[in-house]
Amino acid sequence: MSSVAVPPTGILARVSGLRIRVRPGTAACAAIVAVIAVAAIAPQVLTHRGPNAIDLGHTLLAPSLSHPFGTDDAGRDLYTRVIYGARESLGIGLGATGLAMSIAILLGFLAGLAGGLADVVITRILEVAFAFPVLLLALLLIAIRGPSVTTEIVAVGIGSAPGYARLVRGQVMHVRQAAYIEAAAALGHRRLTVIRRHLFPNAMRPLVAVITLGIGQSIVWASGLAFLGLGVAPPSPEWGALLDSGRLYITTSWWLEIMPGLVIVLVALSVTSLGRTLQHRLEGAAR
Amino acid sequence: MSTARRILVKVVTAILVLVAAASVTFFAQLLVPGDRATAILNQQTGRAQLWTPAQLAPVNHEFGFDKPLIVQYLGYVGGLFRGDLGTSYTQYKPVTQVIDAQLMPSLVLTVGALVAAWVLALAVILATVRRGRFVTGLGSTWEALTASLPTYWVGVVLLVVFAVEFRIFPVIGGTSAWGTVLPVLTLAIPLAGFLGQITRDEFEKVLDQPFITARTRGMSDAGVRLKHALRHSVLPAITLSGWALGALVSGAVIAENLFGRPGIGQVLVTAVNTRDVPTVSGIVLVVAAVYVVANLLVDLAYGLIDPRLRAS
Repeated sequence: MSSVAVPPTGILARVSGLRIRVRPGTAACAAIVAVIAVAAIAPQVLTHRGPNAIDLGHTLLAPSLSHPFGTDDAGRDLYTRVIYGARESLGIGLGATGLAMSIAILLGFLAGLAGGLADVVITRILEVAFAFPVLLLALLLIAIRGPSVTTEIVAVGIGSAPGYARLVRGQVMHVRQAAYIEAAAALGHRRLTVIRRHLFPNAMRPLVAVITLGIGQSIVWASGLAFLGLGVAPPSPEWGALLDSGRLYITTSWWLEIMPGLVIVLVALSVTSLGRTLQHRLEGAAR
Repeated sequence: MSTARRILVKVVTAILVLVAAASVTFFAQLLVPGDRATAILNQQTGRAQLWTPAQLAPVNHEFGFDKPLIVQYLGYVGGLFRGDLGTSYTQYKPVTQVIDAQLMPSLVLTVGALVAAWVLALAVILATVRRGRFVTGLGSTWEALTASLPTYWVGVVLLVVFAVEFRIFPVIGGTSAWGTVLPVLTLAIPLAGFLGQITRDEFEKVLDQPFITARTRGMSDAGVRLKHALRHSVLPAITLSGWALGALVSGAVIAENLFGRPGIGQVLVTAVNTRDVPTVSGIVLVVAAVYVVANLLVDLAYGLIDPRLRAS
């Protein structure tokens, strides 16, 4: 058994048992996520420079040993800026996914439990929402509210909510037919107790993995908006903002665009891959 | 249910979805903070001030803001059926005129990318499925990797490598055929990974089917793959091609901005920046319409490709 990358606590331990075998790929992904988590919590651990330390003697330097990601037009170390940008970028990803899931749980449970007219109406609303591609819905919101961090989170959150809502609804529909729900109701438990104690946890369990996948996706969407100049504005070291400010120098200083992009890709890929592993485990446990 | 009735129900549903989508964009325009006429005047003059009622009146009249809301709404939806998407706040001309000339380059880009993605996905599938552990692994890793790459990053890498370092393609391509290659690839590579992942699973299943007996007739492996297995394994991915159109449009917005290519994506980002909500709404609605119609066609075509579905 190699190192335990996913701590066996709470829900995880119960569904996957005590033996957790970790493949090398999964371990690498967990390591990347761990590094980014450290960067978000305590960036000064990973770099001795400051994110805004201007050094006009060393502008637009290509990656080297002393500047692994190169420097920008003000001589700031890009690696340091990426590390310091982690907090805001992860915050946006988590915020957007949290908002999307809250909307999805509300709509999904309402449709799945109430059934009848409520279900028809919500299903139709979701169908209309699906007619808009995520990015376009986000752009419409930004046009209305003006670009800001809050708008960005709300835009990505609302844009991705319909997909989750459909999943939650399907999950609720599936679980409410289970024999143990029937048994709990037959035992005379109140409806709310059955929902809270049995239906909710069982319907949500497979969605834990979906939430993990969603965080990676949200970070990518948010950075895409920032790339278009509609997200967090430079000089913030947020990853999307780094992409935005690097575009001016794309023909001369490739690292300003490629390096922050690479970090976003690696983080999104790691989170997604961890989510998939989790999904397999949870599905395996359900069988 | 007869076939004609089934088609009719689907077409009516699609129209209702679009009317609902139009309602969303109409009410979205009401959510702009503050007075709309003030916002328009400020946008045009580049100032941030309050205007007198006398100055606001002509703007309110021109955009119809002085009419009751229900009249505005019915006028908007009615106008859509006549091909009127409203008036741009910044350019003072019909939104249809603003986006008219931009539709073609975007259509070339998205359709070109869809075709390129299919060619790329099928080439990788035919070459790597059941070719030994290493080659198969290479194929599926490539698909998993490319499917998860964000559009802008694929575009940046292609631009830096093929336009800046090797100077094969122009950095700013415009709408020339040569300049279209990189934007098309930017959209096609992630999509090819996505389509490939789905088709690969199907292809493997189909190769194990008992009807793949052509091999015993002496047909070559390549022949079996092309003539028999492929036909049965592309169905799920075709269904998702309608959905992929949405992803392609989102990608086109980014690719057009990165490569300085004219198209609705460029107009859209400019309009978002200038808070020209009618233009943004108009484009979003046109895209939603294309998307709904494409999915309707895929849905209907599916019945033709797979006769089993016609019965249900």
